[in-house]
Amino acid sequence: MTPNLPLVILVGVMVAAGVTLVLERSLTRILIGFVLIGNGVSVLYLVISGRAGTAPIVGLSDDPMSDPLPQAMVLTAIVITLGVTSFGLALAYRAWQLTGHDDVQDDVEDDAIRRRAEKDETSTTFDPGDAALPDEEGSDTPNRGATS
Amino acid sequence: MNQIVLLPVILPLLGAGLCLVFGRSALAQRVISTAILAMVVTVAAILLVRADRFGPQTVNVGGWPADIGISLVADRLSALMLLVSTVVTLCVLLYSFGQGIVEFGRDAPLSVFHPTFLVLSAGVSNAFLSADLFNLFVGFEILLVSSYVLITLGGTGARVRSGTIYIVVSMMSSVVFLVAIACVYAATGTVNLAALSERMSDLPTEVSNLLQLLLLTTFCIKAAVFPLSAWLPDSYPTAPAPVTAVFAGLLTKVGIYAIIRTQTLLFPDNDLQTLLLWAAVFTMVVGIMGAVAQSDIKRILSFTLVSHIGYMLFGVALGSAAGLSGAIFYIAHHITVQTTLFLLAGLIEYRSSTTNLDKLGGLARAAPMLSMMFFVPAMNLAGIPPFSGFLGKLALVEAGVDNGGWLAYVTVAAALATSLLTLYAIAKVWNRAFWQPAEDADDLDHESHTGSLHGRTGVSTKTERTSTWKTETATDQRLPLGMVLPTLLLVACTVALTVVAGPLLSFTTRAAEELQGRSSYVLAVLGGGG
Repeated sequence: MTPNLPLVILVGVMVAAGVTLVLERSLTRILIGFVLIGNGVSVLYLVISGRAGTAPIVGLSDDPMSDPLPQAMVLTAIVITLGVTSFGLALAYRAWQLTGHDDVQDDVEDDAIRRRAEKDETSTTFDPGDAALPDEEGSDTPNRGATS
Repeated sequence: MNQIVLLPVILPLLGAGLCLVFGRSALAQRVISTAILAMVVTVAAILLVRADRFGPQTVNVGGWPADIGISLVADRLSALMLLVSTVVTLCVLLYSFGQGIVEFGRDAPLSVFHPTFLVLSAGVSNAFLSADLFNLFVGFEILLVSSYVLITLGGTGARVRSGTIYIVVSMMSSVVFLVAIACVYAATGTVNLAALSERMSDLPTEVSNLLQLLLLTTFCIKAAVFPLSAWLPDSYPTAPAPVTAVFAGLLTKVGIYAIIRTQTLLFPDNDLQTLLLWAAVFTMVVGIMGAVAQSDIKRILSFTLVSHIGYMLFGVALGSAAGLSGAIFYIAHHITVQTTLFLLAGLIEYRSSTTNLDKLGGLARAAPMLSMMFFVPAMNLAGIPPFSGFLGKLALVEAGVDNGGWLAYVTVAAALATSLLTLYAIAKVWNRAFWQPAEDADDLDHESHTGSLHGRTGVSTKTERTSTWKTETATDQRLPLGMVLPTLLLVACTVALTVVAGPLLSFTTRAAEELQGRSSYVLAVLGGGG
């Protein structure tokens, strides 16, 4: 099987463009990126199904037929992509309703750490008492040495 | 008779349709979904017995030959996974009846919950039974799309925020899976797992390694294996308790199941053992470090979930029959225990309207029953000797020592350290939510903190403080029986796993041998079949 070069290039371009969009913050752009990647991958299935031009139906003629399996698969994949995309759009709309934008927000943990860093605060699990205690090697620090 | 393999997929889908038809009547929905899931549990039990006695049960959907059409197979591993997952799903469903109105509120689209939940169950069953990669993908998509709906149920701000991350990550993993399937098909001309297991060895090593890496990447995202696990602890805790519980129990395990299936069938000469072992080490250690740092029960549990995925990956990575057997046992144990703990977190949230350890306290006195129910699976998770968690870890550690390589010993050490740190994280929850007097909870500072740091001194601290115990901040709300009974049932299941651990371990050993033998699976799928 020799792959169809223009199709391979098309897959590359679509996926690359899609990845660029997915790295954005706005959910709508991420979804457009996802659609591009999804369609790119669908085109990849055309590449793997071999030479085009014959019908993918058994027994239509004695000529060699196209491989029907990748086409069945790609149909399923297209339907799934459509469903997921529409759900994502609804989600973006809901996010816009709630917050006025559809940016994907930070991880709770990232957010907490950044806020603490801005306020120059230590975490609640950090115990300054413990931290001041020297370990064996540290026991010769001046002020601890004076107290003990 | 083999046709019953279809039922675990078809019945829930049928039930979902019926639930939508009777969308206006909550009672009808409940009856339908309970009946459907109870039937699926029965079918799964029958399949388990038949798969154990007569070998893998196969059905070719629509009568197409296996390498063209879709076939479903229930071998020992699939049947066990199916049984455990459906039992857990049924318990969670019953629990959600008790919680329903409280959690979702009057305005929330309650009628959507049951159909979606059944579709999720169908997706999980389809993934467990599927004998070809593309049907596995479809199974994943069914369960993922319904999980998208469930995780954003009600569409509140927090759920939309965390759901967005979950959805974007899952969508990307699905795309990677599609690329992997395309590459597998291009290289071998089939997506049937049995046919692939015969053709994969003819491929050049570079190609098969590439395919293995692509598939592993996909499944590791779904299973939340370390470098690809960051999405999980952030997205799970905000969903309603039954949803989180069923996600935690099942979705990651489907990923692990897919790893086991593809590793044993397609890539038996495991070139990536080193990579997988390192991934297991980092998943365990990094995950549990996260759990130690958290102060919310749901988040702690989410991190222990990530961490314990490492144990299962460890068993798979070893590649020996003993390792696989340990991993399968551990999956069965972990599905029940983790689900139970999340349901209990839901009960705690119901009782005290928070799961934040800084605000909880005094639950041992206020809700002794709840405390006992929490204590048993919590100790089971940490792997305290009589429980199944201990037996599973022991089996894995033994398998690791048998392997004898230095990396296997490193992983064993990491597994033991993780077990200890799990105990620490769980003891922290126990001390601060159950033993620490409620009034101390508000001004959380040095005293209560030292109490949680040195878990073992908890007993004495409690007796000292009893005198100062005046009020209970926990609301005096009685827990609804509808939520308690299913949880109790699951707690009983976790204990029962310990009781039947002997037969179960010999079953998982047989399952592991079957997986390594490969021939019975291949023969069942390709030769004949109904």
